Amino acid sequence: MIYVRNLHKRFDKLEVLRGIDCHIKPKEVVVVIGPSGSGKSTFLRCINLLEMPTDGEIVVDGFNMTDKDTNINKVREEVGMVFQHFNLFPHMTALENVALALEKVRKMPVAQAESVAAEMLDKVGLSDKAGNYPGQLSGGQQQRVAIGRALAMRPKVMLFDEPTSALDPEMVGEVLAVMKELAREGMTMVVVSHEMGFAKEVGDRVLFMDEGIIIEEGTPEEVFGSPKHERTQSFLSKILI
Amino acid sequence: MITFGLIRWDIISDYMPMLVKIGVKTTFELTVVAVSVGTLLGLILSLMRLSHFRLFSLVSKVYIDFFRGTPLLVQILFIHFAVLPTIGSFPNIVSGFVALSLNSGAYIAEIFRAGIQSIDRGQMEAARSLGMSYPQAMRYIIIPQAIKRVLPALGNEFIAMLKDSSLVSVIAVQELAMTGSLVNGRTARPFEAYGPVAIMYLILTMILSQFVAYLERRFGKSDIRA
Ligand SMILES: Nc1ncnc2c1ncn2[C@@H]1O[C@H](COP(=O)(O)OP(=O)(O)OP(=O)(O)O)[C@@H](O)[C@H]1O
Ligand SMILES: [Mg+2]
Repeated sequence: MIYVRNLHKRFDKLEVLRGIDCHIKPKEVVVVIGPSGSGKSTFLRCINLLEMPTDGEIVVDGFNMTDKDTNINKVREEVGMVFQHFNLFPHMTALENVALALEKVRKMPVAQAESVAAEMLDKVGLSDKAGNYPGQLSGGQQQRVAIGRALAMRPKVMLFDEPTSALDPEMVGEVLAVMKELAREGMTMVVVSHEMGFAKEVGDRVLFMDEGIIIEEGTPEEVFGSPKHERTQSFLSKILI
Repeated sequence: MITFGLIRWDIISDYMPMLVKIGVKTTFELTVVAVSVGTLLGLILSLMRLSHFRLFSLVSKVYIDFFRGTPLLVQILFIHFAVLPTIGSFPNIVSGFVALSLNSGAYIAEIFRAGIQSIDRGQMEAARSLGMSYPQAMRYIIIPQAIKRVLPALGNEFIAMLKDSSLVSVIAVQELAMTGSLVNGRTARPFEAYGPVAIMYLILTMILSQFVAYLERRFGKSDIRA
């Protein structure tokens, strides 16, 4: 589903990604962990070209993202992204947030877009908030709308960048529940998250990144239970306290 | 000490029709044209200014620097006596429309640019990640939020434009201020001539403020908290 080969990303002098290779299979749930600044977000953002890779190749669902001839907008429709700070459109209601891309990108008639949007809000448990603006929703609710908004495009892959780390603790559960449900339905997911419980419950694979490369990977049991690499061990000991 | 008793109300009422039908009307027209064309022009210039195409950005920068860096009075004279005559012959008020619109376009461009740049990067990224093109993201996501944010600044600019429109009297366009001067010339009664002019400006300014306040309410509906 996603092939990443020798991915490099440099911001001026700073080399943030220093050769990432990985292959994410259909229906796989991959959890990415690693210290702050290790390049996790950059890696995720390269997958849908929010950051332009300096070198290397990314193929998503058969489309070579790094090829100049690929229609990036078209491929981005297939890759949903959920951000740490939700990034809902504040001037639109929850329903409008979800319906907008269906109308403007998928060119659906308004009525159809809104009915799909309503369906998506129902899926994330927020049918009763359809008419509310983001400013009127809690963080957890906003993040669920954001997930619904990405899902409405029927993406083949969903990318999550620390979807729960900006949330108050009592709201983490509701967002993770939606993500777990998605995983069970067979969505291919790449999740940057330090939510150990989530990784263990639905994660197929954990990648540990440090200083721009993947240091270690394995099943959640392997990486969390018996990390081979010393840096993985010290990182896990820090977040597990 | 001036008392109301000394005011020649008859002069005021005699000249009131001229003041309103010519002066207020002309000033109103100048302002509406300058503000509308200026807003459209400003939006285009701000998008060019932020464009990754160097040429667009440079052209816009030069334009903005020129119109903000030279006095409006000079621009009016230059456009009226130098630029427009090379194209053809137009009524004086056309020079006024052109000069005020081009000038307000430059100021409004800077207002929009600041507004667009103040929108969180995540908004553009969210829009793009949904498959929207850059123009779509600008149109549906960034610009509506930017406009809402800059409405107060835009309102100030509109009011400034209303008042600055008096400068076109220099090319003999009979707007409100010039009408006052005409009355003063005929009657030699400055209080009766300029007093009503000031009040008319005040009324026009208040109408414009109300219009901006109405826009702020319309754009502000997403601010309602539960
Ligand atoms: N647009 C940018 N320009 C310059 N440097 C950047 C940019 N984006 C990220 N960086 C730098 O790249 C490095 C990796 O950033 P990245 O956001 O990918 O890390 P991360 O692993 O997601 O960290 P965190 O856990 O804090 O989110 C950091 O040092 C960051 O400062
Ligand atoms: Mg990050």
